Amino acid sequence: MNKLIQNEMMKLIAKKRLIVIAIIIGILVAMFTYAQFKEVERQREKLGTDDWRTMIQQTIIDQQNRISSARISDEWKQQLQIALQQNQYYLDHDINPSEPGAPTFMRIFLENSIELFIPLMVMVIASDIVSSEHSQGSIKLLLTRPVKRWKVLLSKYITLAFAISLIVAIAGILSYGISGLVFGYKGWGAPVLTGFSVTDAGLDTAGVKLINQWQFLLMDFGLVWFVAIVVGTLSFMLSVLIRSTAAGMGVMLAALISGAILSNMVSSWESAKYFFMVNLKLTNYMNGNPPPIEGMTLSFSMLVLLVWWAIGLFVSFLVFTKKDVY
Amino acid sequence: MEKITLSVHNLKKVIGKKEIIKGISFDLKEGEVFGFLGPNGAGKTTTIRMLVGLIKPTSGRIQIGGYNITENFEEAMKHLGCIVENPELYPYLSGYDNLLHFANMLDGIGKERIKEVTELVGLKDRIHDRVKTYSLGMRQRLGIAQALLGRPKVLILDEPTNGLDPAGIREMREFIRFLAEEEGLSVLVSSHLLSEIQLLCDRVAIISRGTVIKIDSVHNLLSNRERVVWRFHPIEEGKRVLRSVTAIDEREDGFITTEYDEIKTAEWNKLLVEAGVSVTEMNRKMPVLEDLFLELTGGDSIE
Repeated sequence: MNKLIQNEMMKLIAKKRLIVIAIIIGILVAMFTYAQFKEVERQREKLGTDDWRTMIQQTIIDQQNRISSARISDEWKQQLQIALQQNQYYLDHDINPSEPGAPTFMRIFLENSIELFIPLMVMVIASDIVSSEHSQGSIKLLLTRPVKRWKVLLSKYITLAFAISLIVAIAGILSYGISGLVFGYKGWGAPVLTGFSVTDAGLDTAGVKLINQWQFLLMDFGLVWFVAIVVGTLSFMLSVLIRSTAAGMGVMLAALISGAILSNMVSSWESAKYFFMVNLKLTNYMNGNPPPIEGMTLSFSMLVLLVWWAIGLFVSFLVFTKKDVY
Repeated sequence: MEKITLSVHNLKKVIGKKEIIKGISFDLKEGEVFGFLGPNGAGKTTTIRMLVGLIKPTSGRIQIGGYNITENFEEAMKHLGCIVENPELYPYLSGYDNLLHFANMLDGIGKERIKEVTELVGLKDRIHDRVKTYSLGMRQRLGIAQALLGRPKVLILDEPTNGLDPAGIREMREFIRFLAEEEGLSVLVSSHLLSEIQLLCDRVAIISRGTVIKIDSVHNLLSNRERVVWRFHPIEEGKRVLRSVTAIDEREDGFITTEYDEIKTAEWNKLLVEAGVSVTEMNRKMPVLEDLFLELTGGDSIE
């Protein structure tokens, strides 16, 4: 088995996909760092100060004005209300919600890339790992060895899991390293609020507690990795089912993008919460952002993803070991 | 008794409701080159893919080195080396890494053996270059090296000379003969070209529409089927002479054909010359696959 994994690693490295992914992440992180830097600068100019309390107060006033406006929908109002309450809490407790520094940037980057960006990067590797053997024809050599098919597939899956972990690690390291050049590398111990829960009555802050940023980041990384593994497994399944890499990628891409769109529109279509793609934004639960559909919780979303993962893995192995290769 | 290395018994494959392979049986003996001859679409490739484990047979039994391929896949495959259609190796890896990749999938095959097969197929100088820079002939040789890695008893080659130039075809043919005669491998070669099978194989199975029509040695199959095409003048006198010794066929374009026999043909030629007929052309003609099929299937078209 070790030798089989070694083989897959050799192919993965020779294809240079991981390097391309690292470059893409690097470029994007640099762009976001610059954007963030500009944003901070603009805020400072506008307020004439770099005191974050003034900034938050300004935001709260903004939000209050918008809530009192009659033109916006009730739902939107409710969301604003939650955000406002959160900001108020930060202000009251003297906590800077966006303490500048590389760890904060990394956290924001992870939270924003969990839904689409990281899954996309994972997909690049996962959707190719089996189907490329088909399109190259090398599957015929691979499956005529004295090695059972499930072992061949398992070695590919383990390699994929390793590559996914590497991608998440690269995202973390690059976002920390690059943004730190601009914002400094401090801020690991900054206090972050978590434990919000959204109820019918609005934001429930009863369970709110303060934790260190590094603890929060650890949880974020865990969630990102979990999402990446689930998306990777589903792409892997498509890679087994569909011989063409491009077609497999297309299907997965459509699913991911539809998830991003659906999250914004499906609040009244309740059964949509069983789709894997509306459950990807796990980090939202930690921040107290309202879920796309009422009644969704962290454990619910993780359970849904777990079921999709199990189905994906089961189908992959079933089809791969049974199917005739032409 | 000669040892049987590959045994196929009543092999069938049904796809949907259509029976593609309708019960094929044959045996391969140690050290022989066995031809698998049939037109495109006869079921050659499907049968070969079942032999190498890519397609699961609907029914029937395949034994390689005494192991049943469905019950004991790993043991059976240890005795098999194969190239199905083109040797599609990883273009982005070097030849050496490709061999390493496949050696990793075999027990107890290490760097020593990789070196051995590389030298055997004559790729020593280019083995560390990437496969995408190889010519088709070199890829074919690397494919064979890969197939030989595990010291198999049975080698299955699907259309091994496809796409090679005449020099490459000849080289491949000599190499396959060498493997069978010197190394004692059983080689199964498929082809749709009768001429190729004739030069390469000891025995041949002719298949059509998913069944084996005939299994025989190449010698038996083709002798008595070769013809000689004659041209001479004066034509009437020549025909008279030949008719007195054998049956002749007259072709519309003025050529006369008779059966071929090394000794008799020379004698007939002598008779013609002595009778004052000048022979302008004598051509030994191999039977073509179509003729053979027509004969074997009793005039059934081969599709």
